[in-house]
This record gives sequence, structure tokens and C-alpha cells, in this order.
Amino acid sequence: MYVRLDERYRVTLTLNGRERSAYAEPRTQLCDFLRHSLGATGTHVGCEHGVCGACTVMVDGRATRSCLMLAVQVEGRRVETIESLAKEGEMGDLQRAFREHHALQCGFCTAGILMSCHEFLGRVTDPSEAEVRDMLSGHLCRCTGYTGIVQAVLAVARARQNNRQEAP
Amino acid sequence: MNSAAPLHHQQSRSYVGKRQPRVEDEALLRGLGRYADDLAVPPGTLHAAVVRSPHAHARIQRVAIEAALQIPGVRGVLTGEDVKRWAAPFPVGVRQPMEHWCLAVDKVRYVGEPVAVIIAEDRYLAEDALESVEVEYDVLGVSIDPEMATNDDASVLHEAVGSNVVNDRYFNYGDADTAFEQAAHRLSLKVRYPRSACTPIECYVVLGQYDPAEGGYDVMANFQGPYAIHSVMARALQVPANRLRLRTPPDSGGSFGIKQGVFPYVVMMGLAARKVGAPVKWVEDRLEHLQGASSATNRVTTIEAAFASDGRVSALRFDQLDDCGAYLRAPEPATTYRMHGNVTGAYDIHHLQVRNRIVMTNKMPTGLNRGFGGPQVYFALERLMQRIAVTLDLDPLDVIRRNLVPTQAFPYRCSAGALLDSGDYRRGIELGVEQGGLEALRQRRESARREGRHYGIGYTVAVEPSISNMGYITMAQTPEERRRAGPKNGAVSTATISVDPLGSVSVHVSSTPQGQGHRTVAAQVVADVLGIPLESIRVDVELDTGKDAWSIASGNYSSRFAGAVAGAVHNAALKIRARLDAIAAQQWQVSVEDIRFGDGRIYTADGVHSTSFQRLAGATHWAPGTLPESETGGLRETAFWTPAELTAPDDDERINSSLCYGFIFDYCGVELDSLTGRVTIDRYVTLHDAGRMLNPQLVDGQVRGAFAQAVGAALYEAFHYNEDGSFASGTLADYLIPTTVEVPDPTILHMETPSPFTPLGAKGVGEGNNMSTPVCIANAVADALGDAVEPGAIELPLTPSKVRMLMGIEEPPRPEGVAEENAQASAGGGSKLSASDSVEIPASPQQVFASILDPDTLKAMIPGCHSLELTGDNAYRADVTVGVGMIRARFDARVELTELEPPHSLRLSGAGKSGMGDAAGAAKIRFSEIEGGKTRLDYDYEVTVGGKIASVGGRMLSSASKMLIGQIFSRLSQRLSGSTSKGSLWQRLRALTGKRGGDQ
Repeated sequence: MYVRLDERYRVTLTLNGRERSAYAEPRTQLCDFLRHSLGATGTHVGCEHGVCGACTVMVDGRATRSCLMLAVQVEGRRVETIESLAKEGEMGDLQRAFREHHALQCGFCTAGILMSCHEFLGRVTDPSEAEVRDMLSGHLCRCTGYTGIVQAVLAVARARQNNRQEAP
Repeated sequence: MNSAAPLHHQQSRSYVGKRQPRVEDEALLRGLGRYADDLAVPPGTLHAAVVRSPHAHARIQRVAIEAALQIPGVRGVLTGEDVKRWAAPFPVGVRQPMEHWCLAVDKVRYVGEPVAVIIAEDRYLAEDALESVEVEYDVLGVSIDPEMATNDDASVLHEAVGSNVVNDRYFNYGDADTAFEQAAHRLSLKVRYPRSACTPIECYVVLGQYDPAEGGYDVMANFQGPYAIHSVMARALQVPANRLRLRTPPDSGGSFGIKQGVFPYVVMMGLAARKVGAPVKWVEDRLEHLQGASSATNRVTTIEAAFASDGRVSALRFDQLDDCGAYLRAPEPATTYRMHGNVTGAYDIHHLQVRNRIVMTNKMPTGLNRGFGGPQVYFALERLMQRIAVTLDLDPLDVIRRNLVPTQAFPYRCSAGALLDSGDYRRGIELGVEQGGLEALRQRRESARREGRHYGIGYTVAVEPSISNMGYITMAQTPEERRRAGPKNGAVSTATISVDPLGSVSVHVSSTPQGQGHRTVAAQVVADVLGIPLESIRVDVELDTGKDAWSIASGNYSSRFAGAVAGAVHNAALKIRARLDAIAAQQWQVSVEDIRFGDGRIYTADGVHSTSFQRLAGATHWAPGTLPESETGGLRETAFWTPAELTAPDDDERINSSLCYGFIFDYCGVELDSLTGRVTIDRYVTLHDAGRMLNPQLVDGQVRGAFAQAVGAALYEAFHYNEDGSFASGTLADYLIPTTVEVPDPTILHMETPSPFTPLGAKGVGEGNNMSTPVCIANAVADALGDAVEPGAIELPLTPSKVRMLMGIEEPPRPEGVAEENAQASAGGGSKLSASDSVEIPASPQQVFASILDPDTLKAMIPGCHSLELTGDNAYRADVTVGVGMIRARFDARVELTELEPPHSLRLSGAGKSGMGDAAGAAKIRFSEIEGGKTRLDYDYEVTVGGKIASVGGRMLSSASKMLIGQIFSRLSQRLSGSTSKGSLWQRLRALTGKRGGDQ
């Protein structure tokens, strides 16, 4: 796609399962586009240089820093944000585990952390604590000291494992 | 006082003291939080970007905004001139002729200081326009090191003061001189505590509005308090306090003290809105935050003890030099005095001398930061206690034990005035030793040392103050100055509870939380008093100074929630209950003593009468005529609570600086990597006595969070300034915050000795590990390093390179094939880097040499070159835009070609100035012919940057320079190989030399 700097383009994507579109400049960051053009303010911006991980979303199923991607790059692609994790108004197992294990305080970094955990648990069904900590090392949380987050992820992995064994 | 919990009904739940999942969580976990940048803004809201100083110290000669105003989308620029017209400097906490305005008006005094505000139609446009504001600076000498800043020949930041030392106070308690004379031993230790900050993940957000009809400002900001600063803002805006409506959003993305520092921007965006006649929103970015938001105060302490051969300390002397940066911003110098009353820590030490000096340097101003004053005090005190043990060849824990405040002494009046409310420190140590497994840890050290590994154990005890006395800040004044100004003291908490016509309960607290779970705990407290389900209560924590009950101590700081605010909530709930008691007693013709609350019902103890809470409470709205005469109808109560113990400083300079004092006992084992110097925390045990715990899960959450931040402060985090005052920690790749793999899980132990002074017996617990953990880790590192190391050399953060140096490990040789590359401090400060590289170009040395001398080629070679104008022999003036990391700067540059030895070598050099700082570079280029008629260019280059550009740090500078310089030669190569469309030069050259070029 060739773009001109001073023009705005209609970007169409699938956001949390629904087709959405809005106008974006070629330089508009994906995080700004999601938040301010599409109203998906659950995704947060913490550093705008790819270190803190707060803005992590899923693009075509992969956890991605939305501050390091342009809105025009998601044309025709599938984007999932924290708003997708509750189904029919009910929080999913990962969200419930975060509450149970006090894995959040201010909640600002949580949006990105949940998306990374969501992707990770889809790939790794029986993670060790070291693997969970390694996955989470792409995120900065200033409130929790991380303990609750690690516990929540391990608890979800165990629970899903048990469910699989019980329902062959 | 009535008892809080309904005793009669067995089924009735009680909530306080129990683990309770948070009511805050569901919204946050579903992405439905409402943080400041998520809120809708009024139609027509404009967006701001802040022009900041690239210099640490300079006089502003001129601020030219005409070019910025020509840019489409830019609607206005706020400058120091506007600020002088409409506002006043912020009031300062010491009596000195220092002016701090929300925008620099005459001088800039730190890199990143706001100079102007661009107001444009969107944030991207506003940021684009930053470089079009031309500021002429007359650069001045800098004072960066706090000790050097006190010298007579130091560059002075505030000329009217005449010195960088803006406050110097001396305190004497007991008879320290005699104690020092008579002591068997004395020991002195000088330590430096660095700058760092707890850096919330959400940066500052402000939405300013101005109403010319009322002459009032209405500002939404993620401010955290203390609301004493509302007065500072209103004075700066020159309006009565009721014409500054300050509102906070429902959610805040962390603060840890830092969001106190948003207040200058509240004033700035109010004025910006006034300037353009429209609402103006500003969202701070991370670089702005790291270089300009707020920092903990760095301190140089010389501490001295007089002690006996058994380690018992009789007297202490503190000489504290606090570096508050470029301005003394309210509430500073509070860092210095927050710990003043309890500066003797957990120890029973009778004789004390303290000298406190406040020094100004060309660094960002300091402010609230979790632990506030604690880490600095304990780093000196607890390092000293460790040194006393080493000197006497005693177990450090025995030295600690011998000096503790005795259990029977509580409440204990410290020599400097703190009234330690409750505690059992000796039992705390025993509990910690037993339950934390100290014996096993000692064995780990033994076996590690037998294997030749570097393993050490550190100990710390600390008193954690909470609920600050607003009066301690006046300790910076002399008793005479205090008498003239009138007493300041106390800490007023407020809570409001209302019951609506359908009988549901709403609670409002003015504690502006940033993630601690205040809504949950407030609901727990109210649910217990009113006997209603927690889920039925709604707690509102937004604070609107135009509508809500608040006072100067409102806000979220000094760990005041559990002790003070939850206590005010309790008191407000008791007032509601007393009214309902009276109503029920009249209706049923029984005595109020017989009324019970529980399970959502109000009933008599004998079970004869019973009604639902909603029905009885609703009657206050629906049927006021049926109520007792004492009733006014409606049901809303506000409780204000202030503790009697928080008195003003007395004439002997004693101050009870806080209401509650928790106790902490920490110990840890660390191992030092003998190759890399990396410090690994093997085990960490932390015991807390924070009085009665209202929600143990949240208490542990606070402990873990504080611990992780303290690990950062101990091992990784520091704001680094170069000698010229440029800031070198501007990204999260340079300012290293620990992640999951660096933060171990501490063993947390508790004991509870309730505070006699708070309504619920609770004390603060949020800051303890920020105070105790950095020095505990440092003591363990000291133990691992042994006696060979100079005690004062153990400075935080204990990064691998620092520890390697302390261990005396030689740098291993560079692996083969890795080029030399040096990022270092340059002579004039700033960051300097030198490196070499080479490139092959498909043309002969003669062709390449000739083309570099051609202005068109030169222009095409320089990335981002807008224009190149010949100013002399092979000398040019260039207009160049360069991007490094997050920073993009437009340079006015001089480019020169010298040392011409055709076709063998030449020197290409350039130096430029931009709004983001200065840069200079030079490359010596050597040309050698290689096979295929090509040329190899070998070049050695040097790059120096200063100002804001240096803040992206050495790491990024190195890769960015490599890339930029690489681009210069690849552009040359492209141009010579004819692969660019405008490559007529190559054809010209070919015609000139009669040779054929390569056909790549």
C-alpha cells in the first residue's frame, strides 16, 4: 500500500471479532488509532518505545506492541484487545485468576499483560514458573512486584490442564 | 464509641481484617477503566506539546514563535511572557528570593524545563511544531554534583539567593557532644543516595479549561495530592481557591508520589486554555516523564556514632545534604523533614545532632516518591549499624537488638520528637528469625563461602512512619520564623457517606488512590458498621474540589489511607448508624442500646422488632415527618478526623512528624557473580508490624510492590546526568526497571500491634520496603565483599559494573572480531562515542573523492538534508533533520571538508545546534582501491551529543550513529552506482573519466 504523508486513509480491520473502520494518517500509531479513533481505550500507552508492554494487543493472533505499529499496517487484519477477553459479559478464566491472585493494582499495565498471557497460554499448555516469568519479562508493572501475576498464569494453566484431562 | 461489628447475629458477615477480592478489579480487567486519557473531552479540545530546554543552565535571550504560528493546525503558543502576565511564581517552602514559574521566564535551570507550550488541533501536529519554536539561549556554567554546588565558585542557579544552599538548619537534642567525648568508640561513614523514581506506567495527563465569565479555571488531572498543593496552584493562577476547580479521573495508572509533580502542568494547561480560548489537553510522553516529571531527592550523608564496646549507641550525628534539583517545588524540602522526628529509626538513642542543608543543582526538581526520605535515612543509619558490628567483630543482628526501643517503653518519645505509637520490636526480630529461617540462610552462606562463592547476608530494621503531620514541613524554618507564621500541624481526613431514598449506600473519600484498593477497604469498613453486604455499597474516589469534602491533607501520600482515611470512613459510618439508632429506637419505643445492625437489617437485640436497612434509611427521605425531632431528614454524613497527637513543632524543635510508626525487620542473602558482578537475591525475608491489617491480601500486595521498586532502586535504577547536565536516562532502555526475572518473591511475615491513635488500629504499610530494602541489599553486598572494600564505596544502584569494580574483577578481553566502540563522557560533558567502520563503493578512489567534493552529492549524501549552502572553501551551512530514537531534531549545522589529500584521505566534519541539543561529529576517511575498480572507504568517526539528545542514552546513541554514518556512505554508493533517479552526477563523472561504471 502506497501512502502519502498528508492524506488520511480509511483503515478497515476486524477488531475483537467485528469489522470496524476509521480514518488514519499514515503515521498514526496503532495504539492511538485503537484508543482514540475506535474507542478501544482498554489498551494503554506507557512508553511509546516498545519497552513497557502496556500497549500489547494481538494482531493476527500474535502479541504485538501497538505503539510500534502503524494503524495503516493493520488494514484487513485481525486485532484483539483486552475488551475481547470477557465473553457475553462474563470475565474469562484468566481475568478471574488475576482478580483472585491480586495480580493487579492500578491496572494500567494489565491490558498488555493479559494479552501476552492470553497468547502464551494458547501456545504453552504446561508452563514452568521460569517460562511464565520469561514471557512476562516483556512487561513492566510498578505496583504488584509480579508475584500475583505469575501465580495467576500458573493457576490458569493448571486449571485448563485439569479440565482437558477431565473432559477427554 | 459504639462497637463496630454486630455481635448478636451469628450469620452476619464481617469484612474488616479479612482477605477480600477488590471491587476495583472487574472494570480494570475488562478494559473498562477510566483513566485520564480515556475520558471524553469537550468539543473543540486542543492538544498541547511542551517546548523544553536542551540546556541545563542558560539565560533565555529570545523565544520566537512566529514560525510555529504559521503552521496549519497550530492555534497558539503559550510563552513565559503570558505566564508573567497572568500568573505568579509558585510559593516556596523556605524564605528565599527564588522564583519558580510554570514556564521558564528568564533562565532555564535543567534539561527538560518547560519553555513554551504549542497548542494545536491534534497531538501529532503540536509535536511537529515543537522544532519551529526558536529559542536563543546564552549558555551558563552548571552545578550538577550536590557537594560541588555548595562551593563558593559554583555556578549559582538562583542569583538573588547568592548561593546554591537555600536552607541550612542545625538541631541538637540531648548532649551529643559529651556522649561523643565519653564514648569508647566512634565511627563515621559518608554515603551518597542516588536519584531514582518509582515511575508509574501512566504518565501525566491534564485537561485545562478557563471560564472568562467567572475568571475561573477547571482542570482535570491525574494529580494525587496532597491537596495543600491546591493552594499553591490557586496562588500561582492568582485566583481564589474556589476559582480553581480541580478534578481527578476515576482511575489512575500508578503514582507512588510522582503524580504530586503534575501540579505545575495544571497551572500551565489552565493558562494554555486561557491563551487559546478552548480546552487544552496534554498527555506527557515517557521521555518528558523521565527527564522532567519528578525524582526522589539524592542525598549526601555523613553519619557518625558514639558507641560502647557491646555496640550500644549513645549518640548520633547526621550531616545531610539534600539535592532538590533546580527549584524547591512544594512540598519540598519535605523529603528532609518527613523522617525528622524518627531519624533515630527503631533505636533508643538519646543524644542526637542533625544538620540539614538543601542545595539547588541543574537537575529536575524533586518531589514525593514512595518511601519519601526513608530510603535516604536508613541507607545511612543501617549501613552505619552494619559498620559498627564489623568494627567490633559482633553479629550485626546483636548490635541491632541491643539498640532497639524496649517493648515496655511504648508509646515512646524519640529524641527528635516522634511519638512511636506502638510496637514490640524485640518480638518482631525473634519472629522474623524463627519464621523466616535465618539459621538456614546462615548455613547457605557458609556452604557458599566454602565453595569460594561471594555470598553475604544483610539486615535492616526500620520504623515506617505513616500519616504525615502537615507541620513537619515548617521544620525548615527557625522557631522564630514559625512563631511569626503561626502554627501548622495536623492531618485532616474526610469521608462522606450518604444513603439515598432507596436505601443504598454511597461512600466518598478524598484519598485519590492510584491502585491501592481504597474502594474495597472503605466498603469493608462501612459494611461492618452498617451490617449491610459489601456488594451493596458504592465507593467513589474521584475528587472534585468544587463539590466534595476535602482538606489540605486530602490525597494519597504518607501511607495515610488505612490509618486515617479508613478511620474517617469508620467515623462517618458511625454517625449514620447513630442517626438510624435514634430513629429505630423512637419507632419501636426501645432504648438505642438495644438496636442492632446486621444482614442488611436493623433489629432489636431481643428479636421483637426488625426492619430492612433500606426501609428505615429510606424513611429519612420519604417520611421525614415520622422521625424524631432531632432528625433533619435526608441521610448524609461527612466525618472530618484529625489526630490530637499531631502537634506543631515545639520551641525545642521536637516534632512528631507522623502519627503512626510501623516496624519492619528485613534480612536477605545475596550472591555476587564472580565474573559479571551481578547481584542475585537468593532469599529475602521481610517482617511487618503495621498495626491491625484491614485486608491482609492488599497488605501483601503493598509489600510486594514496594519491594520490587526497592530492588530496582538497589540494583538497577538511577537518573544519570552527564557533567554538562544533559540527562542520560531518557528511555526505559536506559532507566532500567526490574521485570519478573529480576524480582524474587520475598517471604512476608506479619505481626499486629494495633495503633492506639487510629480509629481502627491500623497503620500505613505501603512504603516500608522502599525504605528498608535498598540498604538491606547493600548490607548483604557489603557482607559478601568483606573488609577489603571501602564502606562508602558501596553506592546504589549496585549494577554489575559497579560491583565488578568493587570486587576488583578485570574486564575480560574483547571477543575476536568485535570492533572497538566507546561511549564515554566527553570532555565538555554530554555523551561521546567513537568507532570505525568501512564500506565498499563501486567507483575508483578518484571518482569517489571528486564526488564528495561536489555540493550536490554532499547534499544527497547527508540524510534529512533540507538545504546546503556554500559558505567558504569546502565549507557549508546545512539545514538537517536527524532522528535518534524518539527524538527528531532539526539542526542548523556547519559541514566542512578538510585535510584533503586526493585521492587518499579527507576529513568530513560537522557540528550543529537544535532545539533538542547540540551534536558534533567528524570522520577521517581513507580511500583505497580494491579489485574491480572499486574503492574501499575506511572511516574512523567520533560523535558527541549534548542536551536532550543525550537523554536517549549511550546505548541508542551508538547504534543510531552507526546507522546514520552508514547511511551517508550508502547514499554515496547509491549515487555513484546510479541507482538513484537523480544520478546525473555519475553520468557526468563517467563522461569525465571515460570509464564504464558497474552495472549493479
